Amino acid sequence: MAVCVAVIAKENYPLYIRSTPTENELKFHYMVHTSLDVVDEKISAMGKALVDQRELYLGLLYPTEDYKVYGYVTNSKVKFVMVVDSSNTALRDNEIRSMFRKLHNSYTDVMCNPFYNPGDRIQSRFVCLGRAFDNMVTSMMIPVC
Amino acid sequence: MEGLTLSDAEQKYYSDLFSYCDIESTKKVVVNGRVLELFRAAQLPNDVVLQIMELCGATRLGYFGRSQFYIALKLVAVAQSGFPLRVESINTVKDLPLPRFVASKNEQESRHAASYSSDSENQGSYSGVIPPPPGRGQVKKGSVTHDTVQPRTSADAQEPASPVVSPQQSPPTSPHTWRKHSRHPSGGNSERPLAGSGPFWFPFGEAQSGSSAGDAVWSGHSPPPPQENWVSFADTPPTSTLLTMHPASVQDQTTVRTVASATTAIEIRRQSSSYDDPWKITDEQRQYYVNQFKTIQPDLNGFIPGSAAKEFFTKSKLPILELSHIWELSDFDKDGALTLDEFCAAFHLVVARKNGYDLPEKLPESLMPKLIDLEDSADVGDQPGEVGYSGSPAEAPPSKSPSMPSLNQWPELNQSSEDTAIVHPVPIRMTPSKIHMQEMELKRTGSDHTNPTSPLLVKPSDLSEENKINSSVKFASGNTVADGYSSSDSFTSDPEQIGSNVTRQRSHSGTSPDNTAPPPPPPRPQPSHSRSSSLDMNRTFTVTTGQQQAGVVAHPPAVPPRPQPSQAPGPAVHRPVDADGLMTHTSTSPQQIPEQPNFADFSQFEVFAASNVNEEQDDEAEKHPEVLPVEKASDPAGSLRVAKTDSKTEEKTAASAPANVSKGTTPLAPPPKPVRRRLKSEDELRPEVDEHTQKTGVLAAVLASQPSIPRSIGKDKKAIQASIRRNKETNTVLARLNSELQQQLKDVLEERISLEVQLEQLRPFSHL
Repeated sequence: MAVCVAVIAKENYPLYIRSTPTENELKFHYMVHTSLDVVDEKISAMGKALVDQRELYLGLLYPTEDYKVYGYVTNSKVKFVMVVDSSNTALRDNEIRSMFRKLHNSYTDVMCNPFYNPGDRIQSRFVCLGRAFDNMVTSMMIPVC
Repeated sequence: MEGLTLSDAEQKYYSDLFSYCDIESTKKVVVNGRVLELFRAAQLPNDVVLQIMELCGATRLGYFGRSQFYIALKLVAVAQSGFPLRVESINTVKDLPLPRFVASKNEQESRHAASYSSDSENQGSYSGVIPPPPGRGQVKKGSVTHDTVQPRTSADAQEPASPVVSPQQSPPTSPHTWRKHSRHPSGGNSERPLAGSGPFWFPFGEAQSGSSAGDAVWSGHSPPPPQENWVSFADTPPTSTLLTMHPASVQDQTTVRTVASATTAIEIRRQSSSYDDPWKITDEQRQYYVNQFKTIQPDLNGFIPGSAAKEFFTKSKLPILELSHIWELSDFDKDGALTLDEFCAAFHLVVARKNGYDLPEKLPESLMPKLIDLEDSADVGDQPGEVGYSGSPAEAPPSKSPSMPSLNQWPELNQSSEDTAIVHPVPIRMTPSKIHMQEMELKRTGSDHTNPTSPLLVKPSDLSEENKINSSVKFASGNTVADGYSSSDSFTSDPEQIGSNVTRQRSHSGTSPDNTAPPPPPPRPQPSHSRSSSLDMNRTFTVTTGQQQAGVVAHPPAVPPRPQPSQAPGPAVHRPVDADGLMTHTSTSPQQIPEQPNFADFSQFEVFAASNVNEEQDDEAEKHPEVLPVEKASDPAGSLRVAKTDSKTEEKTAASAPANVSKGTTPLAPPPKPVRRRLKSEDELRPEVDEHTQKTGVLAAVLASQPSIPRSIGKDKKAIQASIRRNKETNTVLARLNSELQQQLKDVLEERISLEVQLEQLRPFSHL
């Protein structure tokens, strides 16, 4: 159901970004980029208190007329941003949460691979690292495509 | 019987047939049924068959040894060629065609016949070494034909001696058949797969010819020396083939039979042997991997951390991308560490990759970490121990058919292995908490979700260890509550083992009057529970058998949750108990009852049962008042009542309530787990503590009570049966309890969802 999924590293550079090919991908990249500001604002606002209490799921970051952007931050400040089509009203918050959870799980699987250096792009071009991650993201995006 | 000279073609053919008939894998004697079948398939008249059997000495010996078998095959060939059957004829007839067997039954033999016949056009060189059939002295080895073969191999630029490494040293090479298949896409030809099947019938103990031939053909492939470099750190070059005999998959071959013509030379067929699983690890390979594992991690049940594994596999000089892919395939539980099985799978894949094989998309079944004990037969060993994986590698068409049949065989194997009425493995999604619990028990901390499609898996080594513990201790891991967990095969096989052990042990306990080893009910499929309980039981049991019960009590930490220390001591002391020392101990220990669900100390409950029954007339306790005074301390039902009464009394103590709750919700979790759950449950279930407390208290008590059954003296059959009855009652009670708890859980979840919805409605407004 997602139209675009992005994984952004702690230093705010993208580790993984993938959009549905139909749309102009640059637009999604730009949306993700602008959403980073919102994410930062949220974590700084909540992060004053104990980091533990900070919710991983950030919720709706900002809506546009066509899309809604959701955010999720891990404890290691890796951000997941998901752009969802607004017309898809059936998506409840819980579903978004579960999608982020799946993303997080796949991401940790990638992390567990000792051959993956944290900070590398999550490549799935080769028969390797990130293939499972990519497949999982595809499964999230397929219904829209 | 005089010596038999076989041509190399015949040699191979016969050894293949021998292994086909050798379904019991004895390598010495073939099953008569199979042999007879084979001979019938040879389409010879019955008297001829009888004559052959007599001539080869089988009737004399009463069985078909390898030499007898070979002679018999030769005689079949003689008979089929029309020559008179005489003992001398086996050696005198020159250029005897290979015996033909009707394809309908033994397709592989026809395959072989075809393969051995028409291979002159096949490329590939023949390696110089023909391994002698194992153990049979009478049949002359291929050494006779070795000379003829030698010149051929020399053509191939492979040092004839090099690939032939002693079995102990070399990990067998990857399935060159597979690779060959990829190199010869024209393998649609029926002869090609036939041809390919030839070498793979060698029993692997000595399959050096295959390996050397394989090396010979891989001209384009990285020659041994670089491999040796890598393996030199590991000691030996991986040269021999990965393929192993797979008698079970023989039937899958569907190639058409072709007539065997006189063969001139044997060539190793690289063609994909579709019935063989190219990913199967041979014994020597496995041994090699195990040794490598030991160099990194001496404990075979331990784990290799990711960093160590990374270094190790980096030495193989494979590109990092491929190594990471291998890791993704082999780290089955995604925890960043490799167990022995995972390590073997990874190593195997590395070897395969180094030999030029493409990596599969998914882990082949034969490489999956096995949950059942590795002492299983070869057939079982092939099967993955898990549910939900169709293991056929995408890029290995040859392996598809073997994996399919093995996959098909798996479900039936699964059923056969779990005979119990309890549970069959059902893949469930693991919640993080449960996974965490499991992982913490097994390894170091910090694992995430397991694969959603994988069942509740435990590290095979740990599992097998605990299975052994379980069976040795014969304890029912007393988790009779089916809280939705499904166990893996290993767990379901526990009841069988335990059942069998129980019967055995009963006789034992009869002899030793003070043996407190009672037949426990079959364990419930609660992995964590059984694990923790089994560990405790193990301690308990070993102590018990060694000494008297007094020792037992001292050993495990004191028991379970609820019981009211205030009430216990007084009446407890007076309570007569089977285990004499127990009561005194138990009277003192109640005060120390930790939150830990240690099931060892059941006598606690008996004490309380006795004491509390008198004091508190719980509705349920009233149901079985007669049970308590009559039955021995091991009465779980009594303890059940006790626990219930306890739970009632302790409603006042909120501190213990969460403990109960935690026990109930996470039965028999190791210490860290209850702590976590307790916090959570406190938050969630505080309003419902009272109701929960009672139920979960009962639950935990009952659960804890299960292991104490061993405590009771099972010398009397009657007592045993009585305890069985009690356990059954307990089961029903617990099942009811479970359903009630499920209902409560549903209610709570609904509340939670409604709260979330409300929050969601409020949230957008706060953002904007």
